[in-house]
Amino acid sequence: MAKTLKHLDDVTIRFAGDSGDGMQLTGMQFTSTTALLGNDLSTLPDYPAEIRAPAGTLFGVSGFQIHFGSTEINTPGDSCDVLVAMNPAALKVNLRSLRDGGIIIANRDGFNDKNLKLAGYAENPLDNGSLEKYQVHIVDITKLTQNTLTDLGLSNKLVDRCKNFFALGIMYWMYTRPMEPTIKWIADKFKKTPELVEANTRVLKAGYAFGETTEIFAARYEVKPAALAPGRYRSITGNEAAAWGMIAASVKSGLDLFLGSYPITPASDILHELSRHKNFRVKTFQAEDEIAGITSAIGAAYGGSLALTTTSGPGLALKGEALGLAVMLELPLVLIDVQRGGPSTGLPTKTEQADLLQAVYGRNSEAPIPVIAACTPADCFTTAYEACRIAIKYMTPVIFLSDGYLANGAEPWMIPSVASLTDIPVTFATNPEGFQPYQRDEATLARPWAIPGTPGLEHRIGGLEKEHITGNVSYDPENHEFMVRTRQAKIDGIANDLPPATVDGDSKGDLLVVGWGGTYGSIRSAVEAKRKEGKSVSHLHLKYVNPFQSNVGEILYNFKQILVPEINLGQLSKMLRAKYLLPIVSQTKVQGLPFKSDEIEKKIDELL
Amino acid sequence: MHLVEELLKNSPATPAQKYSAKDFQSDQDVRWCPGCGDYSILAQVQRVMPDLNIPKHNMVFVSGIGCSSRFPYYMESYGFHTIHGRAAAIATGLKIARPDLMVWVATGDGDGLSIGGNHLIHICRRNVDVKILLFNNQIYGLTKGQYSPTSEFGKVTKSSPYGSVDHPFNPLLVALGAEASFVARTLDRDPKNMQMVIKRAAEHKGTAFVEIYQNCNVFNDGAFFKWTEKDSKEESVVFLEDGKPMIFGKEKDKGIRLEGFTPSVVSLTDGKHSASDLIVHNEKDTMLSFILARMSSLPDLPRPVGVVYSVQRPLYEAEMSRQIQLAIQKQGEGNLEKLLNHGETWEIR
Repeated sequence: MAKTLKHLDDVTIRFAGDSGDGMQLTGMQFTSTTALLGNDLSTLPDYPAEIRAPAGTLFGVSGFQIHFGSTEINTPGDSCDVLVAMNPAALKVNLRSLRDGGIIIANRDGFNDKNLKLAGYAENPLDNGSLEKYQVHIVDITKLTQNTLTDLGLSNKLVDRCKNFFALGIMYWMYTRPMEPTIKWIADKFKKTPELVEANTRVLKAGYAFGETTEIFAARYEVKPAALAPGRYRSITGNEAAAWGMIAASVKSGLDLFLGSYPITPASDILHELSRHKNFRVKTFQAEDEIAGITSAIGAAYGGSLALTTTSGPGLALKGEALGLAVMLELPLVLIDVQRGGPSTGLPTKTEQADLLQAVYGRNSEAPIPVIAACTPADCFTTAYEACRIAIKYMTPVIFLSDGYLANGAEPWMIPSVASLTDIPVTFATNPEGFQPYQRDEATLARPWAIPGTPGLEHRIGGLEKEHITGNVSYDPENHEFMVRTRQAKIDGIANDLPPATVDGDSKGDLLVVGWGGTYGSIRSAVEAKRKEGKSVSHLHLKYVNPFQSNVGEILYNFKQILVPEINLGQLSKMLRAKYLLPIVSQTKVQGLPFKSDEIEKKIDELL
Repeated sequence: MHLVEELLKNSPATPAQKYSAKDFQSDQDVRWCPGCGDYSILAQVQRVMPDLNIPKHNMVFVSGIGCSSRFPYYMESYGFHTIHGRAAAIATGLKIARPDLMVWVATGDGDGLSIGGNHLIHICRRNVDVKILLFNNQIYGLTKGQYSPTSEFGKVTKSSPYGSVDHPFNPLLVALGAEASFVARTLDRDPKNMQMVIKRAAEHKGTAFVEIYQNCNVFNDGAFFKWTEKDSKEESVVFLEDGKPMIFGKEKDKGIRLEGFTPSVVSLTDGKHSASDLIVHNEKDTMLSFILARMSSLPDLPRPVGVVYSVQRPLYEAEMSRQIQLAIQKQGEGNLEKLLNHGETWEIR
């Protein structure tokens, strides 16, 4: 039967099932194949904190959303066009994210009595007409998978684990994606168990063939490649990008990389990734706790390493005292905080932007630290690299704020050439003649980096207040005030070393939407949509949240109204109000989820 | 290019000439209370250092917070006075990053066993080559006299006016329980023994844990006098020597015998026992080390002083370096261009 081929500009698909159903893997495969086709894309994994939550339950649902298109894609999509639901719980949890008229592909076998009951359905939603406003395709995915594999003699459990590839096969057919990259991936992944290579490949192909031959799908779709800038691309997640940014800074600076870290979701993947790259001489130390994570890194920094510690919200709280020590010691250190929902343990696998004030102000006494934030998954590379540059040049700890959404999300990334990366010059003190541990560089106010092993520079440093120049312990009141102000001036002075902030859109107008971190994509999409409607609205994204770039005030004063959307209760708004004394409209959301562009568009409409 | 290697490639690995103790005295005024046991520890460390034949630019003393932790300021070497309890973790990071350095930790019973207890046990189990001197005075001195995790049950202090209801830690047992590869005890008032123990710790490859009985003459004066003072010491301390039977007493007339797993004191003059009945010290005997450490909890037994336990096992930082060398051998030195371009990539024209 001939099927219609329709062209689409962009599509959002959500794969949803039990956390044991392999939905993350399915989504990642769809993502890499889609990236290879040259679409722009953005993804949002959405999984429970429990590793293997009881099967069939609502809280055990794991989802993966991908938004891809032939146009610029800035967000994982406000609502999805297709929902693949492997069981009733997956349907129930995710139905609200499906647009009216959207497609549901439901695994009939997953909708058994037990699972319906677990999901709290009194009757089967596939049969009772409650899904009338959607295009529902019911497929016996489990049974068809079993039929495909009868002759292989695999256990039921292993057969069941292949069914996600059937769903993937259907989606590949429906969106005209090639199967080859995934077949290649399967062959590599399961190379030690050839029967699984055979089984998964067969099931993938069976799903594809099912789409082609069955009569339930009337149409398939094509999404043309996006007009991305020419170059070599790869797909990259935020955590990978952060890890590679650190390696790049290590290579370019000539300093060996040391990571001290305690496993914590969603930051652990940076530890995993860096622990693989030993041939770059990366030393990864899985510490006994968060405090040992940062203090071991401080020890390594003292010894002349490029020192890194990684964590998430609760860990940042635990590292607070040691950050103060690093401020006092004036040693370079990068801390990556992958923010998650809080307070306390909060929502470990969900995203939030609520560590901003903790990062900027959250230490005892006056302990200023530069804070920078990444805006997209790939931007984590640049941000990690920039954090290293600032840390080394100014001899200071630097906090890099990422978040769960950036860390696990993926997007196509144009691979930079190594030569294009800015140099990170390092100077160690070597000359004992007149050496003083706290003699500052006039321009940067940085103190010298004098590492143990250097003859003639033996000296003592520590957390007690330092005497200006000599670094000796000093309780002198005037000296303390001088040092507090100097440490602050050093961090404030970094603003002069930053590229000016730039506005997307007109530099004057009725409304400026200001954002930081992972809300970048949603804000950008919303502002563009409203500009197309002719509204006088522009977008300012702040990569540097402490200190602000020197021209931020000037930009803000050129707009009649300022809107700051944040996934917290208005933390950047507070900082901007305090510094620039401007009335600021704060738009906030704290659901563990990114903003939808639509939500910001509505707010813009309200204001204009 | 690896900057640190480049920077230090011409640094001398041995001192130009033999140091004297004075070479290790920094220009800082020592600010411990007059009469404090810490003075003796500082003096013995400064006395032992010249014998190690290691240039002082390759030595780092790391400390936490407390009276003991002022130690690095007074040593003419690299010194790092950090935050409360974290010296072991900072020293771990430093030693992993820079295995070429000799790293010492000066800590106390509060810093090392209370707020820093976690880091202490973990450095021991990992066997990072760091030397830990734990100044045990059984009191919080710098905060002016609260009970510490080694203070005896019932101790009356400012924070325990009715007597402490905390059961104390036995530092040797903590270190042994964490599988430290070198565990020793020494006394602030026994310079000779202390020098011997510090030298042995310095020469040991691996985490060396040394408990030093240290008198706080202001807040806990005399806590250890039974074991440190001339008139009582020889009757209450057994000095350990590897391969030698455990004999003690002013007249060398008593010994330690083992019945089952229980040590007891026997007389060597009553005709019932001779030296051949006694425990022969063996620094490599794990079971014996626990029995020796436990002797401190038994009031009728003398306390062992000297090297309790010393064995060789792989060093954490050496294992890490080995993995790195292996990875470089197998995959070649890391190439950034290759890393960024490996796996699935595609070209947009």
